[in-house]
This record gives sequence, structure tokens and C-alpha cells, in this order.
Amino acid sequence: MLSVRDLVSGYGGVPVLRGISLDVGPGEVVAVLGANGVGKTTLNATISGLVRATAGEIVFDGERIDGLAAPQIVRRGLVHVPEGRKIFPNLSVRENLELGSYTRAKPNRARNLERVFETFPRLRERAAQFAGTLSGGEQQMLAIGRGLMGEPKLLILDEPSLGLSPLLVDELFRLIAEIAKGGLAVMLVEQNVVQSLELADRAYVLENGAVTMSGAARDLAANPELEKAYLGM
Amino acid sequence: MMFTPDIVLTATINGLMTGAVYALIALGLTLVYGVLHIINFAHGATLTAAMFGVLVLNQALGIDPYLAILVLTPLFFALGYAVQRLVIGPASHGEDVNILLVTLGLAIIIENALLAIFRSDTRSVDTPYGFSVIEVGNLFLSTPRVIAFFGSIAVAVALWLVLARTDTGKAIRAVAKEKTGAALVGIDVRHVYAVTFGLGAACVAIAACLLMPTFYVNPRVGGAFVLVAFTIVVLGGMGSIAGALVGGLFIGVVESLSGLYLGESLGQIGIFLIFILVLLFRPTGLFGAKA
Ligand SMILES: Nc1ncnc2c1ncn2[C@@H]1O[C@H](COP(=O)(O)OP(=O)(O)OP(=O)(O)O)[C@@H](O)[C@H]1O
Ligand SMILES: [Mg+2]
Repeated sequence: MLSVRDLVSGYGGVPVLRGISLDVGPGEVVAVLGANGVGKTTLNATISGLVRATAGEIVFDGERIDGLAAPQIVRRGLVHVPEGRKIFPNLSVRENLELGSYTRAKPNRARNLERVFETFPRLRERAAQFAGTLSGGEQQMLAIGRGLMGEPKLLILDEPSLGLSPLLVDELFRLIAEIAKGGLAVMLVEQNVVQSLELADRAYVLENGAVTMSGAARDLAANPELEKAYLGM
Repeated sequence: MMFTPDIVLTATINGLMTGAVYALIALGLTLVYGVLHIINFAHGATLTAAMFGVLVLNQALGIDPYLAILVLTPLFFALGYAVQRLVIGPASHGEDVNILLVTLGLAIIIENALLAIFRSDTRSVDTPYGFSVIEVGNLFLSTPRVIAFFGSIAVAVALWLVLARTDTGKAIRAVAKEKTGAALVGIDVRHVYAVTFGLGAACVAIAACLLMPTFYVNPRVGGAFVLVAFTIVVLGGMGSIAGALVGGLFIGVVESLSGLYLGESLGQIGIFLIFILVLLFRPTGLFGAKA
């Protein structure tokens, strides 16, 4: 489904990722873990076309997508729900969701809207409200809902639990598990190591711009090296 | 000074009719500001160019100014789109200051080109209906100005519907506030910028067609309109469509009534008085979001 090979990327000529390789198979949930500032968001942004790769290749669904612009990548079914949500504050909740199907699955808009409202009943209650007036948790649900409106084949979630209360985090992980059961592949970038590893099939750990550990999520959870990597020691 | 109610009413209605065209010009300016966050300094020159367009179509091909809407609206949309996509976008490197300078440069180029072609003479279009009036009760209203009023309102409503109801309109509003989020749902941000610029140019093209049956054109005429339009944009709240419409009608009435009470040549004083008062007491405009 997604295959990243020797990816180098960064900002203004300064590399953040120095040769990353990873894979996400169809229907798989893959967690990407790493300390703050290690480059997880940069990895997502490079895959989704917001940041240009300087070397390496990204293959999605058998096609090279590095070098494509973000809208072209979305059209192919790779949807990135970014860190910081990036919802449209001046549009209503419903309009935000509608734009999730701007380039994909437009004919199924009404059906998918209903599905998103079933998954996130809060959004239905707030459908007519400006998205900027939602609480942080509701905004996160909206960002995920907007991503689902495009019927993604692969959904990249960047720190969906950031800034949420523990209760909401539990709820969120339950919802992500439910979404993943629908058969789409999920790449989950998280600070919440324990819960992410419970949810994921496999995981990668990033350190200094490279993958230092990878494997089945269950094995990694039991590996004492993990904590060391995570704390950057 | 006392005037009969009929005179005051006529002045108010005349003000509303002028104000609607002001609003249409302000709409283009406020839309571009709301989405690209820049003042398009070429807006006035675009209006002048469109007014010359009406003149040329009329004198060379005998096309009626109102029929010219069908030619000039798509033409100016395409020109606005192309200029943003091919000149302003690439030349600005994403820096707002650069965009300002590029639009300023464009304004100078357009005005001087018009000056070179048409000289500084003032010209107008002759139409059979230029001086015709409609009788409403005991008021006499200029027919082309009544048409300009309803035409402008219709365009404003149509633009509002496009922004509120269509995916393109939603994409325009989305890009205005959240570019990255827009790219991530598949919106081509550069295309949306260009469409917005095209819509701004299309608005002044229609305004030009509605104005020409009762107005004149020379290479500097757009500047005066855009100064008023800018006041309206600030008054209505930068980027607000509804604000531009209400602000435009309001400014038209203020201009007309202060012309009546203070004398024709002082009509615009009322406008700039309001401009200063708004900047002092409500800098976000009457409809603008609180900062
Ligand atoms: N737009 C940018 N311009 C320049 N440098 C950037 C930019 N975005 C991120 N960086 C730098 O790149 C490095 C990696 O940042 P990135 O956001 O990818 O980390 P992260 O792993 O997602 O961190 P976190 O867990 O805090 O979200 C950091 O050193 C950061 O300062
Ligand atoms: Mg991050």
C-alpha cells in the first residue's frame, strides 16, 4: 500500500529525515513513535506532499508519489489528518465535512456524512456551528471526520490525542480502532506509546532522523530499549 | 437649509443607486482581500480598462453596454485569473509585500497603456436610453441608474450564493483561513487564488458595463471609484461580502445627502468623515469580526 524507501527530507536544505524506510500494508495499523522534534510530522508532511523530499522514494498503491503536489496525492486516496487539525474555522462543521469530499467520493457525500455523524454524534449536534467554536476534542473529531469523507485507502493521523483529556483520549483510541476495522490502512503518529502499541499491528521508532526499531507492536511494547529511545537517552 | 421631502427622497434613492455600483466594485476588492490578504492596487485600473472596453465595443462594433456584460465578464475573469496565476503569483514568492508592489506596478502599466492609446480625453457612450426616466409616484428616476442598481444587487446576491452554496465557494472560504488544511482535502490553493482574482476582475467588468450609460471614462477615472470602494471595504469589515453591500449602499446615500446639503463639490467629504470615524471608533468595520 505505502512503501517509503531511504527518504531524505527537511527544511531549507537542512535534513530532518536522513534515510527513512517503512511500509504500511493494506488494512494494517502502523504506529510511528519517537521523541519530540525527531521528525514525525515532517515524515507525514513529506508523504502527503506538503514538504518536498530531497532523496529517496515514496510509492503508494504501486505508483511513485514523491514529487506530486498535495491535492494530487489526496486524489489517489492517501489522506493526512495533520497535527494541529487545520480545520476551517470560518466554515460550519457540515461544510468542513463536505470539503473532505472535494476531490474524492463526492457522489457518496450524503452517505458518508451520515456515517461520520454516526461515528461522531457530537458533530451532528454541532453541524451548523462554525468549526472555530468547537472544543479541542470536537475539532479533532472533525478533522478525522473530514479525512474519512474522502474514503481514504490510507489514513495518516498525526498526534490525534494531542491536548485531549485522558477520558477523551480513551474514547478517541476506541474510535480509531473502530475506523480501522472498516478495512482502511492507518498510519498513527503518537506520543501515547502504550495505547498506540495496543492498537497497532506493527510499529516503527524514529531516532535522529532514522528508524532504529521496528516490529510487531506487541514485541516492541515488551522491549526495554523502547523507553530509552523514546526518552532520547 | 430646508428641502421638500420629495427632494430628500430623490437624493436618497439616487444615493442608493450609486451606492449599489460602489458596492459591486468594493465586492471585488474585499473578496481578494479576504482570501489573499492583500489590497489589490490594480483594482481601479482594472475598472478603467473595463470602462474603455465598453467604449470600444460600443464604438467599433456597435455593441450595447448591457450586452457588453456577456463579453467583458468572462474576458475579465479570464484576464484576472491569468494575471494572478502567471504574473502576481510567481512574482510574489509568497510574500504579501511583494504582491502589493506587483499590483501597484500593474496599475501603473495599465493606466499608462490606456493613456498612450486613448490620450487623457474624457469620453462617453451614447445610448438611446441614456436620458430616459422612470416615473415612480411623483419621482423621476434615471432608467439606466435603476438598471445599475438592480444589476449590482443581483451580482452581489449571485456571488454570495456561489460562496455559500458551491464547492468552489466553500473552497475559496476555506483557503482564506486555512491553506494547509485546504491542500490536504485536495484543494489546489493556487487555482483558488487565481479564481478569486478572476471574480474580483469580473465584478468590476460588470460595474463598468452598468456605469457607462450614465458615466464617462478617462484613463484616471477608476481611481476615484476605488478610493470610495476602499472606504466601503473598511466600513463593512475587510473581507466581508455582506459588509461591502450594506456599506456601499450606506456610503452612496451619505455622498448624495451631503452633496445635497453641503453642495455637489463637497459630497465626498461626508464619505471621508465616516472613514475617519470608523477607523477611530470601530477599526474592524461595522460587520468585521472583532480582532
Ligand atoms: N516548517 C519548518 N521549518 C523549519 N524547521 C522545521 C519546520 N517544521 C519542523 N521543523 C524542524 O524539524 C524538526 C522535526 O520537526 P517535526 O515537527 O517533524 O517533529 P515531530 O517529531 O513531529 O515533533 P513533535 O512530537 O513535537 O510533534 C524539528 O527540529 C523542527 O524544529
Ligand atoms: Mg509532530
